[in-house]
Amino acid sequence: MKFSSLNRRMLALLAVIVPLLILLVYVALRSGPLAPIPVTVTKVEKTSITPALFGIGTVEARYTYRIGPTVAGRIKQVVVQVGERVRQGQLLGEMDPVDLDDRIAAQDAALKRAESVVAAAEAQVLETSARKTFAEKQAIRYEQLLQARSASEEILEARRQELQVTEAGLNAARANLDAAHHELSRIRSDREGLIRQRAILRLIAPVSGLVAARNADPGTTVVAGQSVVEVIDPANIWINVRFDQIRVSGLQAGLPARIVLRSQDGMSFPGRVLRIEPMADSVTEETLAKVTFDGIPKRLPPVGELAEVTVGLSALPETPVVPNASIQRMDGRLGVWSIENDSLRFRPVKVGLTDLSGRVQILDGLTAGEHVVVYSQRALRPRSRVTVVERLPEVPS
Amino acid sequence: MISLAGRDILHSWGKFVFTGIGLGLLIGVTLTMAGVYRGMVDDAKVLLDNSGADLWVVQQDTLGPYAEPSSLYDDVYRTILAMPGVSRAANVTYLTMQIRQGDSDVRAMVVGVVPGGPGEPGQPGYLIDGRQITRGHYEAVADIATGFKLGQRILIRRNHYTVVGLTHRMVSSGGDPMVFIPLKDAQEAQFLKDNDAIVQQRRRTAVNPAFNRPGTPGLLDAVIASQSVNPYINAVLVQVKPGFQPEAVAEPIRRWKRLQVYTRIQMEEILIGKLIATAAKQIGMFLVILAIVSAAIVAFIIYTLTLGKIREIAVLKLIGTRNRTIAGMILQQALGLGAIGFVVGKIAATFWAPIFPKYVLLEPGDAVRGFITVMVICVLASVLAIRTALKVDPAEAIGG
Repeated sequence: MKFSSLNRRMLALLAVIVPLLILLVYVALRSGPLAPIPVTVTKVEKTSITPALFGIGTVEARYTYRIGPTVAGRIKQVVVQVGERVRQGQLLGEMDPVDLDDRIAAQDAALKRAESVVAAAEAQVLETSARKTFAEKQAIRYEQLLQARSASEEILEARRQELQVTEAGLNAARANLDAAHHELSRIRSDREGLIRQRAILRLIAPVSGLVAARNADPGTTVVAGQSVVEVIDPANIWINVRFDQIRVSGLQAGLPARIVLRSQDGMSFPGRVLRIEPMADSVTEETLAKVTFDGIPKRLPPVGELAEVTVGLSALPETPVVPNASIQRMDGRLGVWSIENDSLRFRPVKVGLTDLSGRVQILDGLTAGEHVVVYSQRALRPRSRVTVVERLPEVPS
Repeated sequence: MISLAGRDILHSWGKFVFTGIGLGLLIGVTLTMAGVYRGMVDDAKVLLDNSGADLWVVQQDTLGPYAEPSSLYDDVYRTILAMPGVSRAANVTYLTMQIRQGDSDVRAMVVGVVPGGPGEPGQPGYLIDGRQITRGHYEAVADIATGFKLGQRILIRRNHYTVVGLTHRMVSSGGDPMVFIPLKDAQEAQFLKDNDAIVQQRRRTAVNPAFNRPGTPGLLDAVIASQSVNPYINAVLVQVKPGFQPEAVAEPIRRWKRLQVYTRIQMEEILIGKLIATAAKQIGMFLVILAIVSAAIVAFIIYTLTLGKIREIAVLKLIGTRNRTIAGMILQQALGLGAIGFVVGKIAATFWAPIFPKYVLLEPGDAVRGFITVMVICVLASVLAIRTALKVDPAEAIGG
């Protein structure tokens, strides 16, 4: 009886101690540095990847017409507001002409006077021409009279002299007329010059477009070349995209692109690479490119808005491909951890291009069908114990 | 044949086991405290491991980038690449900030890395889900401790980032989880003020007659543009070529580029010896006190357990049991109690360690040392108890 009671107590004690010991062994082997590292593996696939480039840029107008005076002056009026559409040739604003109109009026008067002078000169020509005709006729008559011995030689000489005087008078009158004509055309040119000057004070839209900025208001004094109104052509907007030079290989004009505007997140617009700028940004180490919309969005994006551009490159030939999470660097060499017959081995590899979903080409060092470690809970060493799992325990499903 | 100690334990096994479990929880707390200390040190080391660098190039006369602010121009790396023995050099920025996700925010260290190929210095090493950053902007790899999930959009300053990968144990020396984003975004995030501040800055510049002269159109725009760039980074991470000693590569950079360069060993000294020194000493002090208190409690428990059996011991002496047998019984019981306590403590510490917000590292070495310490304390405590037990008068068994 006593024995069985002892046995019972012993069993009870063992029932506490044994599970504790089992639990201890379990925690010693399953946690801490002795525990096997959970990893996930994937099979190396032989497939073709389509790399893509990702850049950000700003919406810019392809042509911006900065309209302002060519001489310094004060703005008289600006008749358009930002956002208005304007037609080619439409008046946008005007500079204050100061005394230009008065000078044109003076030239008008001078022109009229010059016309009168021309008319007077013409009349003078007519008059001298009439005198000359009469003198010619007189000279001929007195020559005939002299032959008939009815007039003296002296009178004929006097008539011939009159003829010469009237000829000289006619020449003088013609010269006067020429001078008057020249004076008239000078004044006319002067006036036209003034009218032209007057015209450039009028700010005219060079193209049909949209008023993007109104930089100065009436009364402001602006210097020559300063823009008063900026007009853009909304049909010609593009995106000035910056691509990191690290991954710009393969970028060329004509490639299709997808454009996501910051204001319209989730909507992507088709586009195309128009050109790669020959000048890269050496400070930011970025290559610049222009990407145009295939069709202008209905809601016009404001110039200066941020846009994300993804440029699709052409598909590459089939190679072994692994996820970029599986590529590690150990002792200065790039490689992957492969699992062969449950043993871990670091395999140096040569990597090629990467696509945006993170798949990397393996150019050398792996063949399709091998198993490589993708995710690992801790850093792996060649002697690490690993246990292959479907999903790492920490990862929320 | 069952020993005297065993029989005595069996006699009151419930009391014995429960005392052991109570003791175990105390030992568990002590082990956990040791784990907290180790975790702090490990956080610092893991920060250095994760950066994947052999050398840290920082601003002259600073202890950057972790212990002090450091600021370098972002084209410094080009000249460093040309130095002998340098295999790779990459810019990096660090910024500890609150990251918004939905309605809540998380404290994290934002690391700006050059989104180069895999294995570049500064890049997150092992992922546990998702992929590495492939786009040059607006992608993030976050540590699992941030609570972010794949595909989530997080807000850093004014830009949204998509979480594309998750890491494990990528923390700053303060234990904040890391979020890796492309360098250019990080430079912007580090520098970028809020929109109101930018607008006010522009207004301030515009009313300054020096920057907004009537006769110089475009000057104001140029000034504002130059005010909103950030060509700075915090450090350049350098990997040395195989066969070169880090110190041998560091020295020419210090000498000719007039920059501060730290090797792995120096960086560890800075982090552990300076950055977390006070906090670690605080925990260490607490650990020492806790260990002393635990030892005292273990000793008292064994002593009182023995005193509780004083009558039985007197009977044993009366029937002529040898002193060695009695001493053995007390010692065995003490060691048994210590063993149960240690086992319970180790198990308890292992189970509650992952719940702690910061990393708790339970090293097997610490466990072994703890086990030996517990056993030594049990032996010492039982010596006291044995002395009392042997001094007991056998007459007490009969008398009162």
